[in-house]
Amino acid sequence: MFKSFEPNKVFVITSKAPKYVFFLFIVVLSIGLTEALILSPEDYKQSHSVRIMYVHVPSAWISLGIFSSLAVFSLSSFIFSNKHFALIAKSLAPSGFVFNIIALVTGAIWGKPTWGTWWAWDARITSMLILALFYGMYLLAWRVYENKGQVIKITSIIAILGVINVPIIKFSVDWWNTLHQSSSVNILSNTSIHSSMLIPLLIMTAAFTLFSLLIFLMKYNTELIKVKNKGLDRL
Amino acid sequence: MINEIVSMNGYGSYVWSAFSFTLISFATLYFVTKLQLSKEQKRFASKFGSLNEKKTKAAKSQNINKEILSNTSNI
Repeated sequence: MFKSFEPNKVFVITSKAPKYVFFLFIVVLSIGLTEALILSPEDYKQSHSVRIMYVHVPSAWISLGIFSSLAVFSLSSFIFSNKHFALIAKSLAPSGFVFNIIALVTGAIWGKPTWGTWWAWDARITSMLILALFYGMYLLAWRVYENKGQVIKITSIIAILGVINVPIIKFSVDWWNTLHQSSSVNILSNTSIHSSMLIPLLIMTAAFTLFSLLIFLMKYNTELIKVKNKGLDRL
Repeated sequence: MINEIVSMNGYGSYVWSAFSFTLISFATLYFVTKLQLSKEQKRFASKFGSLNEKKTKAAKSQNINKEILSNTSNI
């Protein structure tokens, strides 16, 4: 069923892809930074501090997206007893964690001029912090446990428990009174953000997605070579 | 123009520190990941080099091993 996911076939592509993804990332990031820092207008209420949105929002979106994918791959690895899915999930985690930290830190930096505080135990911020803890536990579990079967079980449990938090983060602004405004960018309904700000936001999101893909590919290649190293020992 | 971009109506320190933190995090993650990858590739190449003729032949029969070695020579 999963023959096309065989490491031997996949490595031919994943070993060559990083250099192209890196080049594309640099191009898209350069355009995104020019748009975000120079060309996009300032906000009538928040003035130039609104520019922090161009790094804060894509980071938050991507950290949520990566954790959701990580949970799907972890669960698939557990259900189908496919270790290759566990390798994919493991390779996704580092960039997801870093994006989560970026979202928290840039959020704190944005909070100071906007709300007058670096930190508040607001539902959105707290649930993002909980997600960072789940990422931390997930990465730590891979380091602590050496038994492959055991680590796959434990990381799958962490991922499944953690993914419950993803819809809580998404709907926290609707369910509770928070400092965060409700979402301005919606796929299914009208987007309230002006195109002059939406375009740079989407370009930065594309750049960040390319970066997470680049890190995933490099990490995945590292994991495959580790497996092959063990294979050489067994020859 | 330059002054306006740097100061951003007094919000410059917030905006630039947010962007700097993001880019520094990217650079750190990229170099750490690259370092781990090249370390693993070098380890593979050295193990491969220490194999005897029979084991080398067996290892070379797998395409992925050849692929790893060809990438290792590019480091």
